[in-house]
Amino acid sequence: MTDGVFNQSERRRQKRDPIAFILECLYSRGRSLRPVSYFGEALWRLLREVSNVFETSFNLYQTLQTCTMNSIMRTAARCLRSGAYRTAQNNGELLSVWARLMCSSSAVLKTLEEMVKKDKVVVFMKGTPAQPMCGFSKAVVQILRMHGVDSYAAYNVLDDQDVRQGIKTFSNWPTIPQVFINGEFFGGCDILLQMHQSGDLVEELQKLGIRSALLDQEKESK
Amino acid sequence: MSVTPDLIREKLIAEIGAIHVDVEDTSPNRCAASFKVLVVSPQFEGKPLLQRHRMVNNCLAEELKEIHAFEQKTLTPEQWEKKKAQ
Repeated sequence: MTDGVFNQSERRRQKRDPIAFILECLYSRGRSLRPVSYFGEALWRLLREVSNVFETSFNLYQTLQTCTMNSIMRTAARCLRSGAYRTAQNNGELLSVWARLMCSSSAVLKTLEEMVKKDKVVVFMKGTPAQPMCGFSKAVVQILRMHGVDSYAAYNVLDDQDVRQGIKTFSNWPTIPQVFINGEFFGGCDILLQMHQSGDLVEELQKLGIRSALLDQEKESK
Repeated sequence: MSVTPDLIREKLIAEIGAIHVDVEDTSPNRCAASFKVLVVSPQFEGKPLLQRHRMVNNCLAEELKEIHAFEQKTLTPEQWEKKKAQ
């Protein structure tokens, strides 16, 4: 299977046995969809278990073209909610666990998407800006403060395990803290620190219309 | 199998062509498995920071599941030479 192009026999298989088809596609794209989080692994396990139980009709083609874990999960959740399916009596419980997982994880991902887009600068950290609970999160807060960025959204992942795991899936990044700029993942503490040291952070903030406080400091000293 | 500095080093050399890897086990400073790595690889050439870090993350995806804290510095051979000269 090449990117975005399914041949006739693949299309037939997709119609006949959609879940097995998803599994195959996920498998063959394993590298880019490596599950590094709770959601990814749970999805993987459940997909395998229910693959011989479900029969639904949906079109994966578009989703698999972009092929992110997020979009696959969203599509699968949509299908479950809307699709026609037959299950044996003793698999009813599996179905509801599956449906609950998909709906809740899909809901979390949707919320995260909104969270990162709502503000120009968004930080997922351990603790709060006033009281960071880890050295790396503290460093991020300090760097932002140095540049005079104080109105940013900060979410404490220690308050919410769903967010803590979800954000790692969302950005495909294994650690906290995570900085988002203009709705896009910017990096963690290392990247922020390096960009700060190289002067690139001032430029990035400028692109957002945020004037770094360091520029004013330079002016004063001249 | 637990994650060791040697394992990390081997993987980085094998999968992203690292010519120099420093792995520091920072676990004693924290409560769980933590590492700080310096990776020098020609494959970083022309790639922005985030992309370099993602290359390292993808290479160590399995290990990162068990690692609690992870710091990384990614340099091209040229940047590495400059740094050494300082």
